[in-house]
Amino acid sequence: MNASSAVSKTVGGPPGRAPVYALVGNPNCGKSTLFNALTGLKQKVGNYPGVTVEKKVGTAYSQHGQPMPVIDLPGAYSLAARSPDEAVTRDMLLGRRLDTAAPDRILCIVDASNLERNLYLVHQILDLGRPVIVVLNMMDLAAKAGVRIKVERLEKELGIPVIPCEAAHGRGLIELKLAMSRPDLPLPRHRWDIPSPIAPAVSELQASLLENDRKAPLSARAEALLLLTDQDSVRVAGSTPLSSRTTDILQSWKVRWEGQGVDWAATLVASRYDAIARLCADVLERGTPEQEGASLSDRIDGVVTHPVWGWLVLGGLMGALFLSIFTLAEYPMTWIDDHIAQAADAVKAAMPPGDLRDLITDGAIAGVGGVLIFLPQILILFFFIGLLESTGYMARAAFIMDRLMSRVGLNGKSFIPLLSSYACAIPGIMATRTIEDAKDRLVTILVAPLMSCSARLPVYLLMIAALVPGDTIPVGTKVGLMLLMYALGTSAAFGFAWLFKRTLLKGEPPLMIMELPPYRLPRVRDVILQMVERGGLFLRRAGTLILGISIVLWFLSTYPKAPEGATAQAQMAHSFAGQAGQLIEPVIRPLGFDWQIGIGLIASFAAREVFVSTMGVVFNAQSDADDTAPLRQALASARWPDGAPLFTPLVCLTLMIFYVFAMQCVSTIAVVRRETNSWRWPLFQLAYMTGTAWVVCFAVASIGRLLGY
Amino acid sequence: MSGPISLSKLALGQQAVLRSFPPAGAAFLRLREMGLLPGTRLILVRQAPLGDPLEIEVRGYRLSLRRAEAECILVDPDSPS
Repeated sequence: MNASSAVSKTVGGPPGRAPVYALVGNPNCGKSTLFNALTGLKQKVGNYPGVTVEKKVGTAYSQHGQPMPVIDLPGAYSLAARSPDEAVTRDMLLGRRLDTAAPDRILCIVDASNLERNLYLVHQILDLGRPVIVVLNMMDLAAKAGVRIKVERLEKELGIPVIPCEAAHGRGLIELKLAMSRPDLPLPRHRWDIPSPIAPAVSELQASLLENDRKAPLSARAEALLLLTDQDSVRVAGSTPLSSRTTDILQSWKVRWEGQGVDWAATLVASRYDAIARLCADVLERGTPEQEGASLSDRIDGVVTHPVWGWLVLGGLMGALFLSIFTLAEYPMTWIDDHIAQAADAVKAAMPPGDLRDLITDGAIAGVGGVLIFLPQILILFFFIGLLESTGYMARAAFIMDRLMSRVGLNGKSFIPLLSSYACAIPGIMATRTIEDAKDRLVTILVAPLMSCSARLPVYLLMIAALVPGDTIPVGTKVGLMLLMYALGTSAAFGFAWLFKRTLLKGEPPLMIMELPPYRLPRVRDVILQMVERGGLFLRRAGTLILGISIVLWFLSTYPKAPEGATAQAQMAHSFAGQAGQLIEPVIRPLGFDWQIGIGLIASFAAREVFVSTMGVVFNAQSDADDTAPLRQALASARWPDGAPLFTPLVCLTLMIFYVFAMQCVSTIAVVRRETNSWRWPLFQLAYMTGTAWVVCFAVASIGRLLGY
Repeated sequence: MSGPISLSKLALGQQAVLRSFPPAGAAFLRLREMGLLPGTRLILVRQAPLGDPLEIEVRGYRLSLRRAEAECILVDPDSPS
């Protein structure tokens, strides 16, 4: 009894407005390509309130120009969610989200060349009791693989429109839009037998969901079925909880089945696959593939995951990624820097001197510059990540690196975000969205800023210059010290990841169930769209916060005003920042730092490289990034009140180590706040990193003093 | 014909039919949802350069899973003929 009881009711759109479509499908089935093809550039990207899952909404237009809103739901293999992304898809389809209404109709996209597994999600969705259109994407690839799908037969079996399509080539879109603009769509007709030991539980749960949770009859059945396979491990903010009556029923059935030795979840999955197998036997014809022997993907994988070549390819690609973030981004960054400076100069020339002028130039314009400066690195990183993802290499990188990352309890997907953090933690942290497991993702975010980023370089270079007597620094010393700093940061990142996974964020045993999709040519248009979206998200969500904090920091180093005619040096000492420097001196004194270094630490909270310019002001030395010699001399002659030199080699080394560990970056804090949706984690990060910095520096300073340095 | 062995013991390129799963565990439920069920044919395609994870072919697509999971899954290997 596969497709009986023809409930071929039709459902019109809601009166007075166009029906809202939800686009769902497995990862790697071409969902975003279809979404982009349907909605063009008319997309709005944001977050679901309370969770960091991307919410994409766009509008498709029918042949008659009627708008049809489409929500692009995160890719999912099953409605029994295992990641926050899948949980949002589940909750949206079940109408559990308070912030967004359930969609009226569902567009379900499947990879025609991989029909069987893709139909699992479709099968769950058919139960929902909503009009569904199935889109068979990648028909060309299916044909190449020798798979023929009898579309009309599938339509007849499911009772809903099935549209063959090649989203990447724009084929089938007109037919799809025609189907979407139909005033009424049939409800799915496909019925399958719920296995007998489970059927009574489904009825009982369905009744309770109807009565106690006010669900619609058909979606109550779907939800009852889902409750039995849902591990309930993934709860996301914004989702309505179930009534206690329903959870009690669920619990009592689980206890009963456990006593009887019934594996209810496995039974349900198996019976769905049985139904799918019967369906596939009817609609699938397997012929011979176009080419015999190993596929192109397999031949590429032979090299890419080879024990020797694999590492070379990975190393080469990562080297290119790293170099381009480092060097390619430098040109637009210098350009932004120059134009920000020009804008500030223009304002300075146009306005009379005064606090308002300073607020605009040193507060607002400098703050905007501080936000924009991150954009080139973010765009380049996301362009690369987009390319690697859309070709399929990303999954291979995770496959290769998984063994190493598993040593500290993470999986291969944390590798790219951590590597990117060597350039800058901000794009690195934004890249953690590809990690499905919420705890793994959080651990990766927490340790990413320990990877020595490029903003630490100016501080390291200045301190190395101050550390070594004489005008020229031996290359060996310079390289050796730099490597030491990178090694310290990297081992701290892995050490803390290990620690957090064992204590604070102890999770399920590490998992690495990952699809390795066939290699495909990248869709540059989609990659660029995603890159621009990420850049826009950063500007809107984190940029505003960074700008605000920059203005506050400007205020703290400008007020209260020193008496008329004071030098910049005196003004700095007089300001709140200067006072704070004196205030924290007792805390940093054990590390060998005085209040003047304290000012630098506080001011460089805006960005680490600010330490260098602040030291310039504090010690009254003219210097710029290209020539640190005057500042170096000023540092060399800096003294404690008792006449002892301030910047001893030990103090320089300790300062460098401080910058390895300390969370000296408001932009990172702002991004972590956005990515974790709470102040808890950025504050924890600030505390543990700066705490570690103090302890390590104290140990180094104490041992150094004991050894007589 | 020899008895069932664990999936991780298959030779590279060897085909097998899945026999049984451990009864519980979220990981195994997801593997079932990905189409890996008792009676399903699979091929161990390759292993990562460091020996873990493994790549298998199942229902016409490629899936990677860790050795730790593979060790708990019993398969009936095809007799080499």
